[in-house]
Amino acid sequence: MNLEELYQEVILDHSKRPRNFGPLPDATVTVRGDNPSCGDEIELSLKLNGDQIEDVKFTGQGCAICMASASLLTLKVKKKEKAQAEALLKGFKDMLTAPEAPESNDTLGDLQIFSAVRRFPQRVKCATLSWRALEQALEAHAGSVTTEEPAS
Amino acid sequence: MAAGERSWEEIRKDFPVLDQEVNGRKLIYFDNAATSQKPLSVIEAMTHYYEHDNANVHRGLHELSNRATAGYEGARARLAAYLGAQDEEIIFTRGTTESINLVARAWGEEYLKAGDVVLLTEMEHHSNIVPWQLLAQRRGVKLRFIPVTPEGTLDLSNLDQLLDGVKLFSFVHISNSLGTINPAAELVRRAKAAGATVLVDAAQSAGHLPLDVKELGCDFLALSGHKMCGPTGIGLLYGRREILDAMPPFHGGGEMISTVTFEGSQYKPSPYRFEAGTPAIAEAIGLAAAAEYIDGIGRARIWEHDQLLAREGLAVLSQIPGIRILGPLDQRAGLVAFTLQSAHAHDVVSMADQEGLALRGGHHCTQPLLRKLGVPASSRASFAFYNTIEEIQRMGEILKKVQTFFA
Repeated sequence: MNLEELYQEVILDHSKRPRNFGPLPDATVTVRGDNPSCGDEIELSLKLNGDQIEDVKFTGQGCAICMASASLLTLKVKKKEKAQAEALLKGFKDMLTAPEAPESNDTLGDLQIFSAVRRFPQRVKCATLSWRALEQALEAHAGSVTTEEPAS
Repeated sequence: MAAGERSWEEIRKDFPVLDQEVNGRKLIYFDNAATSQKPLSVIEAMTHYYEHDNANVHRGLHELSNRATAGYEGARARLAAYLGAQDEEIIFTRGTTESINLVARAWGEEYLKAGDVVLLTEMEHHSNIVPWQLLAQRRGVKLRFIPVTPEGTLDLSNLDQLLDGVKLFSFVHISNSLGTINPAAELVRRAKAAGATVLVDAAQSAGHLPLDVKELGCDFLALSGHKMCGPTGIGLLYGRREILDAMPPFHGGGEMISTVTFEGSQYKPSPYRFEAGTPAIAEAIGLAAAAEYIDGIGRARIWEHDQLLAREGLAVLSQIPGIRILGPLDQRAGLVAFTLQSAHAHDVVSMADQEGLALRGGHHCTQPLLRKLGVPASSRASFAFYNTIEEIQRMGEILKKVQTFFA
């Protein structure tokens, strides 16, 4: 297994220059995700307007896979309807963790570069940390608008 | 090398696992602080037990049970000799963590009351923090910590003050995150003078340097078998005889009782009082074989070699641009944790793994310490006597490659 497959240019680029990085002062929901096995921490903030994700930003620190995944997440879900974000979330998780590797999923677009993580099981947590935070954020919004809850 | 001594190259051949390729490269195993590799003599001792002697201990009147009992009690005697203790002072546990929990439960709950102080250090492994936090919750005991300096050593300038009124002092002998060697004998002496009971966490030192509990003067000492060439699932607690005799049991059931009625039970003396149920017999025998193996090489010789590897490790790592080495730059054990400016510990470890180099990445179960040092995660190379200078130099090349990749 060639490591370049895991650390593709896009991933290195996003880890060095994460997009939408920083606080989101008018966030309606903020979820903190941490990976206690390594100390990685991500805080994902969403500004929800009805069912639309009007804005999304993140802060924190982690490995290249973790940071690139969070960065691409923000690009993909910004301005999307919640249902679309949920579909992306499911597609991303399935790509990495479903018992059978799914066929390529075009709606994931750039996110498909993370498919190699599937073959590095110890790195799945790194790639999914921000997505777990997103899942929590979307669920929290369904129940109450400004809940802050740590990711489980 | 003295006459009659086996060379390190020969010794290395005792470890079958080291002779393999990982990801197409020759394996370099530098995760020894997490668990060490096992020599053939340990593997064979356990296999022999299962192939010839397997039975339960103490209860049987038949031949195999006698052999199992002899093997298990022989292992206790071997470990007692390893530490300069009496047989009755060696309690087999699952490892350092369980040993510390045993002291916190059995000794702590009997002798500590609300407001009493337990002194720890900021460089403790979680296993020497959490049991005391649980005790604090149950009993209202207070925890106090000896601070760590930015250089990664204990700040002992206020030790007398910190020891004032302390009932128990528990500290790590060698830090698994910093490589710091704490002045154990001095710490024990000063704590005892202040009236404290002392527990030494020897998880990272027991397989690396000569240890004698009577010389050390501690009341308790905990170690894990698997970090000293022995099997997993076995370790021990040394306890000074008088203290153990005055302690209530830890777990209840099985071998630890002398009589049981429906109304109550009488407990056996130490060590049986603290060993409920069927013990890890093969593992105890394996651990004794490990002690035998280590002493066959000689702990003083192992420590000298450790120091050589530690110096080489530091020298090689220091040449990597943008590296931050945690812990003191001299007087350290054979493990070096570090961070690279360009790459997160996870990325370092993944990439090293592709080169056949096994490192550890993360917080090494010392989260509070790393938080204090402002390091979210670090990579760690920890050496054992079977490692070589060439392997350390190869690590230097691999890490330079990692840096170029992520720069």
